[in-house]
Amino acid sequence: MKRRSQSNHLILLAALLPGVGHIVLGKRGRGIRLLVVTIAVILVMYWRWEVFVSAFHSTRIDHWLAAVFLIVSLAASVTYSVWDVRRLLTEIPMATRGKSPYQLARRRFRANRLAVTAVYVITAFYILAVLAPLLAPYDPSAITDVLKTRFLPPSMDHPFGTDAFGRDLLSRALYGARVSLSVGLLAVMIAISMGTVYGAVAGYFGGFIDNVLMRIVDVVIAIPTFFLMLMLVGIFEANLVFLVLILGLTSWPGTARFIRGEILSLKQREFTEAARAIGLPNRLIIFRHLIPNALSPVLVSTALMIGGMIGAEAGLSFLGIGIRPPTPSWGNMISQGKDALLVAWWVAFFPGALLALTVVCFNLLADGIRDALDPKALMQRFV
Amino acid sequence: MLLEVENLTSHFFLDEGVLRAVDGISFDVNEGETVALVGESGCGKTIVALSLLNLIPSPGRVVGGRIVFNGEDLLQMEAERLREIRGGGIGMIFQEPGAALNPVFTIGSQISEVLRLHRGLNRREAEAEAIRLLGETGIPEPEKRIKAYPFEFSGGMRQRAVIAIAISGRPRLLIADEPTTALDTTVQAEIVDLLRYLQAQHKMAILLITHDMGVVAEMAERVMVMYTGKIVEVAGVCELFREPKHPYTSGLLNSIPRLGAGRKEPLRGIPGAVPDFLDLPSGCTFHPRCPIGDESCISEFPSLRSISPERKCACYKVEAG
Repeated sequence: MKRRSQSNHLILLAALLPGVGHIVLGKRGRGIRLLVVTIAVILVMYWRWEVFVSAFHSTRIDHWLAAVFLIVSLAASVTYSVWDVRRLLTEIPMATRGKSPYQLARRRFRANRLAVTAVYVITAFYILAVLAPLLAPYDPSAITDVLKTRFLPPSMDHPFGTDAFGRDLLSRALYGARVSLSVGLLAVMIAISMGTVYGAVAGYFGGFIDNVLMRIVDVVIAIPTFFLMLMLVGIFEANLVFLVLILGLTSWPGTARFIRGEILSLKQREFTEAARAIGLPNRLIIFRHLIPNALSPVLVSTALMIGGMIGAEAGLSFLGIGIRPPTPSWGNMISQGKDALLVAWWVAFFPGALLALTVVCFNLLADGIRDALDPKALMQRFV
Repeated sequence: MLLEVENLTSHFFLDEGVLRAVDGISFDVNEGETVALVGESGCGKTIVALSLLNLIPSPGRVVGGRIVFNGEDLLQMEAERLREIRGGGIGMIFQEPGAALNPVFTIGSQISEVLRLHRGLNRREAEAEAIRLLGETGIPEPEKRIKAYPFEFSGGMRQRAVIAIAISGRPRLLIADEPTTALDTTVQAEIVDLLRYLQAQHKMAILLITHDMGVVAEMAERVMVMYTGKIVEVAGVCELFREPKHPYTSGLLNSIPRLGAGRKEPLRGIPGAVPDFLDLPSGCTFHPRCPIGDESCISEFPSLRSISPERKCACYKVEAG
């Protein structure tokens, strides 16, 4: 009876302040992480309460999205905390931990500190980008009293300083992160999903189909992305969707090629024959049996490609054929800062540093994934 | 008659020429019986099995003949219907028990997949049935084991799981392609027992493909002996072991080590090796290795003739009666 009321207290505690329940139960790592998330969410709400409330009847979807994201994450952390504490209380700690190849890989990945740090940094950047409307201390494109506010060095009021028009660089960097990070992610999602399906179909069917499909790949590879961009920007207005499409639709052939190679070797394996012998249709063989087995190199190249795409977007914006000012992106911020480099180093420095940090983190992540998924280690038992 | 194969011919079209892996073989399998197809490695046994389900990998292809399963010709039917037969009417067990399982999915999900496909079960029913099937194939604690991955299973357990998958579509014919070859001896015996038990339970016919005469003696009712893509002898299992007619069959039986044989008695193998399929000897392809062959064997391959009501043999030197 006493134990029961004690556990009820614990659940209440977990609901009121997610994470505390875990810490009491001895799960410190998980508890501290939950606590940090919760407190951060509450602090942001408290600090930007007015913006937060007004976001709900704002016409701007990004404000609304940021506010909803805050609420959802708070709800999620409370729900998860209660659910997990209850699970920990009722269930006997499981002796058998998951042993699927991917669970083993995840465990190996967790042991890699550098990669885990990279994941935290990347996640933090994405969250900051989503919350930009709530977090940005100033309007990113507001220009007031240029002569007094231009090129202010980093200070408490303007942690990243101001640019030639007196705009707050921290706010611009936060808004710029939305462009840079989402272009990378979305373009890679297009490229990877197209490339995977395309390569798998070519490799699985082989013969004539393979030949035709791979010749098309050769043609697409031969198109110089950069000049295509220049030309298309000359015709259409460059915006985010446009950039994502161009980058995504020109970079899938690489994925298609190596997936095709993977599938070619996988389809010689007996389980493919077994899948056919048991009467599975081709569609299921490709999607349920072949692609999952080819996924590890896809994951590695996804992480690498996102880093590359973010760099590419910055490069295009720097040259003025990507995202156009006044919409901030890290690329065009660096471009604006380059002229003032001698008088105001901070204008180019901060977006440049953020860009470099992001790309490095994605590369570290890719390395970590590759090490964790090393096929030689894949079957190694972790008991 | 459950399966009727008539003049089945499968060729591989290689750069070096046409490889006649299966060269006009005919046989049939009755409901519920076990027929063994034996022969040395590389004489076309596996290609027969793959031909039956039209699964020969390119550049190979079934070029002729009829495969009538349950009244339907498998070579003439729509791809859709053929997929229903694969797994649903004819199940197949493979030689390498590990390789036939997909390494990234649990055993349970691989069994359930077939159950949902062929028997239209929903997720929950399929899981329950998968547990039952694993239990039926003799895997202890099946409700835990369905969550295991293939690499967590031993060779024998993997073969049991493969068998569970093969019978999950309730096939009426099970093609067992060297089901015991990759396993060690004690596990072999268990798998043989399991197959016999399942056959009795489900009234399945089994086409057993093997080069292991011990397994043949334990399981089969009729035996077909294959050499260089042709059937050279067909007989009931007792007659075959008691009195092999074809010199190749005698050679195969002589090359089995026997308990109780005199210590001094040497183990006699068949001299030579299976010839290159692209460069087969003329006439009876066995004549270079045959102890009783002579000039009369060089000109033409002997046809498979009845030598008694239940026996057939393809050899000039074997008299009828």
